[in-house]
Amino acid sequence: MSTDSRTGAAPAPTGPLNRVDYSQRIPNNVGLAGDRRLQRALEGWQPKFLDWWRQLGPALPTKDVYLRTAVAVGRDGWAHFAHVPMDEYRWGIFLAERDPDRKVHFGKHKGEPAWQEVPGEHRAALMRLIVVQGDTEPASVEQQRVLGDTAPSIYDLRNLFQVNVEEGRHLWAMVYLLHAYFGREGREEAEQLLKRNSGDLNAPRILGAFNEATTDWLQFFMFTYFTDRDGKYQLGTLKESAFDPLARTCQFMLKEEAHHMFVGTTGVERILERTAELMREHGTADVFPYGGISLDVIQRYLNFQYSVSMDLFGSEQSTNAGNYFTAGLKGRWMETRREDDHVLLGVTRELRHVEGGEIRTRTVPLLSALNLDLRDEYAADCAGGVRRWNRVLAAAGVPDRLHLPHEGFNRKVGVYAGHHVTPHGEVVDETTWRAGADAWLPTPEDRERVAALMIPEYEYGKFAGWIAPPRTGINDQPVEFDYVHLADEGLV
Amino acid sequence: MTVTAETTGPAPPVVRFAVTPDRYRHWRLDVDGAVATVTLRVDEHGGLVPGYELKLNSYDLGVDIELYDIVQRLRFEHPGVGAVVLTGGLERMFCAGANIRMLAQSTHAWKVNFCKFTNETRNGIEDATEHSGQTWIAALNGAAAGGGYELALACDQIVLVDDGSSAVSLPEVPLLGVLPGTGGLTRVVDKRHVRKDRADVFATRSEGFRGRTAVEWGLVDAAVPRDALDDEVARRAHEAAAASGRPPDATGVRLTPLDRQDEGDTIAYPYVSARIDRGRRRVEITVSGPPGAPPDEPVAQGAGYWPLAVTRALDDLILHLRTNEPGLGIWVLRTAGDPGRVLAYDAQLRERAGDWFVNEVRHYYKRTLKRLDVTSRSLIAVIEPGTAFAGLLAELALAADRQYMLEGVYEDRDPDADPATLVLTPANDGDFPMGNGLSRLRSRFWGHDWELDAARGRFGEPLDAAAAAELGLVTMALDDLDFEEELRIVLEERASLSSDALTGMEANHRFVGPETVETKIFGRLTAWQNWIFVRPNASGPDGALRRYGSGRTGDYDPERV
Repeated sequence: MSTDSRTGAAPAPTGPLNRVDYSQRIPNNVGLAGDRRLQRALEGWQPKFLDWWRQLGPALPTKDVYLRTAVAVGRDGWAHFAHVPMDEYRWGIFLAERDPDRKVHFGKHKGEPAWQEVPGEHRAALMRLIVVQGDTEPASVEQQRVLGDTAPSIYDLRNLFQVNVEEGRHLWAMVYLLHAYFGREGREEAEQLLKRNSGDLNAPRILGAFNEATTDWLQFFMFTYFTDRDGKYQLGTLKESAFDPLARTCQFMLKEEAHHMFVGTTGVERILERTAELMREHGTADVFPYGGISLDVIQRYLNFQYSVSMDLFGSEQSTNAGNYFTAGLKGRWMETRREDDHVLLGVTRELRHVEGGEIRTRTVPLLSALNLDLRDEYAADCAGGVRRWNRVLAAAGVPDRLHLPHEGFNRKVGVYAGHHVTPHGEVVDETTWRAGADAWLPTPEDRERVAALMIPEYEYGKFAGWIAPPRTGINDQPVEFDYVHLADEGLV
Repeated sequence: MTVTAETTGPAPPVVRFAVTPDRYRHWRLDVDGAVATVTLRVDEHGGLVPGYELKLNSYDLGVDIELYDIVQRLRFEHPGVGAVVLTGGLERMFCAGANIRMLAQSTHAWKVNFCKFTNETRNGIEDATEHSGQTWIAALNGAAAGGGYELALACDQIVLVDDGSSAVSLPEVPLLGVLPGTGGLTRVVDKRHVRKDRADVFATRSEGFRGRTAVEWGLVDAAVPRDALDDEVARRAHEAAAASGRPPDATGVRLTPLDRQDEGDTIAYPYVSARIDRGRRRVEITVSGPPGAPPDEPVAQGAGYWPLAVTRALDDLILHLRTNEPGLGIWVLRTAGDPGRVLAYDAQLRERAGDWFVNEVRHYYKRTLKRLDVTSRSLIAVIEPGTAFAGLLAELALAADRQYMLEGVYEDRDPDADPATLVLTPANDGDFPMGNGLSRLRSRFWGHDWELDAARGRFGEPLDAAAAAELGLVTMALDDLDFEEELRIVLEERASLSSDALTGMEANHRFVGPETVETKIFGRLTAWQNWIFVRPNASGPDGALRRYGSGRTGDYDPERV
């Protein structure tokens, strides 16, 4: 275990902690030591995972990184900090503690005990849900592979790597479920998770947004804010699952996901802080000449990332989503806190859609519109973050504000697909839309101007000119702490 | 879609298929040297279920169970019989077919199962003529209507009394709005080669045809005056018996009462057992191998001869589960014992195939496997240590819809066991053909002759899981880490699918290749009949089947589908 005099010893882990021989490498609370089947499966899979990590994980060579490692599910165990060489990171397998009395609390099995094994009836659907979730985790690592080369600071570099290793651990979590509960087919699917690659023409990742390149750090922060947040909401529905191991896995993953949100929220916030500062200093909205990112470009990045993330929720009306709910595979966000019968037969809701060149509403069965239900929760959450960002602008005395675009803007999936809706929610024809697109979505020129600012800053405590430093460091360490030791110290 | 309410008749009873001649209520069997006479005289008040009277020699399942018993006993207990005359015991009426009130009050499932069993019995009659040297001759001493004529169609020859009134007919379409579903339509054109247009006229004309026309069209082989009927039939019977290869002086093998023990949800016979798991909607069936080496003289062991004992038990179990346990949708098939001993019997069945008794055992096992093939249940074979899927018992695995084989042993439970093997022999390559005329091995590799040849090249060799998987003989070979969980999930998954869709799917997959009268009957004829059964034109409140006997005929929806 790599601790040193500066960081001190790790806190003693609490909660069940289990180590097998090679489990120094795979901390877990799933009884790996006594599970021959799981051991064999992981023995076969782990080398392939490490190969994948070396080939498609972070490209920047590092000696070690100050990382949080989950070593147990207890209060302290899940957030144990130390300097670790990244390919020796201990990707562990953790499920939230089991509640032996847990019941299925929605759908047609409501009131029955939660399932501890996969019911044959739902094998295919459950496996599909887990594979789709699992496919997104390594995808973002692949998308962010070269970002280290242009990190605005060692602090941000560390955060990037933290997100990366945790996405890796989330992949492990899904792979664990496939290995432990889905037999040979599960093992085959687990291998496929490493064979599909982001942006690969022949074997792309399953969901569109995960095949878009992450071009720069502004996009990275937008991604962690908007796209990782989709992940959070998806995990939130799986956390309700009647299949208890899946529910417990996702519950634990959500803890880690919170950090990714934090990276996105504070990252954008710090950029805005710097932009507002430059705007005031130079009395202009175009701050690029002064080494900052202009607000309109930030808004366009936001428009793009929000709209592609909205697509990740799938069609507003989905038979699958209704079936998953009724079968107990996937609940709603905060299902237990909803005050209804949790069965939803006969319940309806309003659905906005485009008809006759305008946005209208119609009433649909709620069961058929659960993707929309989840997306609305997500959109409300996103709006909260934008309000927080706008407070930064207000505090700096800048009158401009960021806005979430209309839900129909730039959509490729669902009821808005094929229509042209402006960020303000007007339905327009294609020509009009195209004429406005450059004002709404990042242009190649925008990306170039942002890219031009992406010059690495590897000196401890220093920050690139387009982003403000954070108020505090990680785990109570100072901002200038040596969070990352690069392989080639000469770079510093 | 219109859903027809199930008829609410009395709940169907638990049906027992084992009967003995001293308890026949509807049939008489007379054996006179090489000729046996089977006479149908239905006890009107002997219906299996209350609610109908079996008038005019009409039949229900109970009547047919006795007929099946007769067919079986003639083959085993009467080696000297070379011809069987089938006739009626009523004046001027041979048989009026299946009882319509019985059909009208039955659930759909009951009708379907009844038709399946009666079809199998008629196929058995043809099998006796073809493979047993027992030629069945129908002596129609009166009218043969519907199922009555279909019974005659199963015989090798049909002689009709020519009295100016007795006719053969298939009145189902014009009177009942259903089909002559016990092989009638198929055998008229496919077996008796009646021209298509004439068959069309015949099957839509409720009164049928008499005498000369019936002969001319090929519906019967001869029409003779009443006073000449007995002589004509006797002449034909003796001629057939003389040509039979059955041993005139051999002693028969008595089909002693089955030793069946029912205890709660287990059913046990000496070599076959079934454990029912109602919660999971399945039954675990295990067939055990022989206790020792085969005897020098199989016939000397009689009903105790292992292959016969196994077959009789399986036959009874299949019929029982099919009729009385429709909710158990999955049958898990296992075998147990020493594969070497099974192979010894397997070899004997082939070496002694010329022996009348061994021949009967072989064909009976063949017919029982065919029953399995047309059973509307998911069949899953589990091949694990201690099983004996060899030769004739490997047919059970090949008959299954899927085969799951354990690679190696159960490390935690029995690490020292011998890993399971599968052994193929020529038994799997033609001794027990399916209804399509192909062996199960050939059916499995239909269109892949090289795979068939590869399997043939390994006859007699114990094939471990890897080899069996390589040869395509099993669906999945998994080691103990995966096996049980996979099997659990597969079985649960299966239980969650639509029972109707599974029945249709399995029936389609099981029969590849050429059509035969049998496959047409169980495929085309049965499928259409079962569809018609649930249509309002037959069983709706105004349907012909429901209105039969009410003085009103059916009101049909004229729209074609």
